[in-house]
Amino acid sequence: MRSGTVYTETVIWSAPEAFAADAPYQTAIVALDGGGRLTVRVEGDRVAIGDRVAEAESRDGIPFFRKA
Amino acid sequence: MRPVAVVGIGKTAFGAFADRDLRSLAVEAGEKCLRNANATPALVQSFYLGNFAGPSFVGQNHLAPYVSTALGILGVPATRIEAACASSGSAFFHAWTEVAAGVYDLVMVVGVEKMTSQPTARVSQILAGAGDCSGEMKVGSTFASLFAMIARRHMHQFGTKREHLSMVAVKNHAAGALNPDAHMRKVITLEQAMNSKPIAEPLNLYDCSLVSDGAAAVLLAPLERAREFTSKPVRVLGIAQCSDYVALDQKADITTFPAVRRAGEQAYRMAGVTPREIEFAELHDCFTIAEIVATEDLGFVEKGQGGPYAFAGCTALAGARPVNTSGGLKAKGHPVGATGAAQICDLVLQIRGEAGQRQIERHSLGLAENLGGSGATCVVSILGAV
Repeated sequence: MRSGTVYTETVIWSAPEAFAADAPYQTAIVALDGGGRLTVRVEGDRVAIGDRVAEAESRDGIPFFRKA
Repeated sequence: MRPVAVVGIGKTAFGAFADRDLRSLAVEAGEKCLRNANATPALVQSFYLGNFAGPSFVGQNHLAPYVSTALGILGVPATRIEAACASSGSAFFHAWTEVAAGVYDLVMVVGVEKMTSQPTARVSQILAGAGDCSGEMKVGSTFASLFAMIARRHMHQFGTKREHLSMVAVKNHAAGALNPDAHMRKVITLEQAMNSKPIAEPLNLYDCSLVSDGAAAVLLAPLERAREFTSKPVRVLGIAQCSDYVALDQKADITTFPAVRRAGEQAYRMAGVTPREIEFAELHDCFTIAEIVATEDLGFVEKGQGGPYAFAGCTALAGARPVNTSGGLKAKGHPVGATGAAQICDLVLQIRGEAGQRQIERHSLGLAENLGGSGATCVVSILGAV
């Protein structure tokens, strides 16, 4: 599973139609350890810039990361 | 290339108009523009329509001839340009290239969007189509969330504060309150702006531009013919359109927009002016952080200092270099496809000295910056008095 460091993040309160039931939820751009960046959903504890995170699961093609 | 002038402008009020459809808004702006230039539809040799998502918002495609024929402009090329929130800025750029190259003399641009017939969550879904739908948008991002991530990073790297963002909203609302065509003519306090409901942290309601209906139109002609149409021609001194990655996570540094920097540099070079000489500007404040970043990318202030610069009042109506004297997207409103053309109309009003209560003292050289998505398209235009 992929891991990396939080480059930036936000908590979304006003969601698009398809995600309205999930709000509020956190998304982040993660700088992956292998290089490159990825926009992910964060589950579990909220994360901040610089936190270490690891991929927990993938649902409907969406990568979910957790605080490592 | 020949010198080009804006010889006519026209726009509708911006707002939520339940009884108006897309075409009636576009036609109102276009007819006002033709009247403003003392021109007839038969004189228009090429027509550009800037529109982001008419097919999704109102279920109508093939929009350029749908609008041009309703204006009585028949037979000529009618072309729709889609570049997200920079649609009509890009339409203006392409109209300029045709006149500058000598292909046509009289070219019209109309920008329009009809957004308020859809509920907010649906609007967010449609706007999300301007991002990368195979990546960043698939996880549930909104445009507010992308700019929120930019704001977080800007705060982290440069110490930009919550109150810096809010001051942008306060001063744009103050200007918008003086604009009879603005969607929201409401003065707000710093406390109100700082304490409204969260949209995507750290951005709250007052950091976000408005969902609006509206249209704006501009007529271009060679400078040598401009006085056939108006006693107050305004010259396009410099203009450039640049592009960049659509997805925010592909950018090396999200606290700056390379497309804005490049378009700015090219437009400054063409106009033969430096950032210091620009007297006022209409900048793309889709979110408060976007205006702060734009003042940095366009060289109005050093990188990272856009927050304190706005907070000190430098960009307010009475400041040294007023930004968004129209109220900006924040208060004037943001009918996405109309915004770029509306920015040009607002520069022209100031340069002609026709901006009414919001008229500023130094108004001979203005800049407009129209941004698409999270920076994948940018058009910078520099206009000046003749």
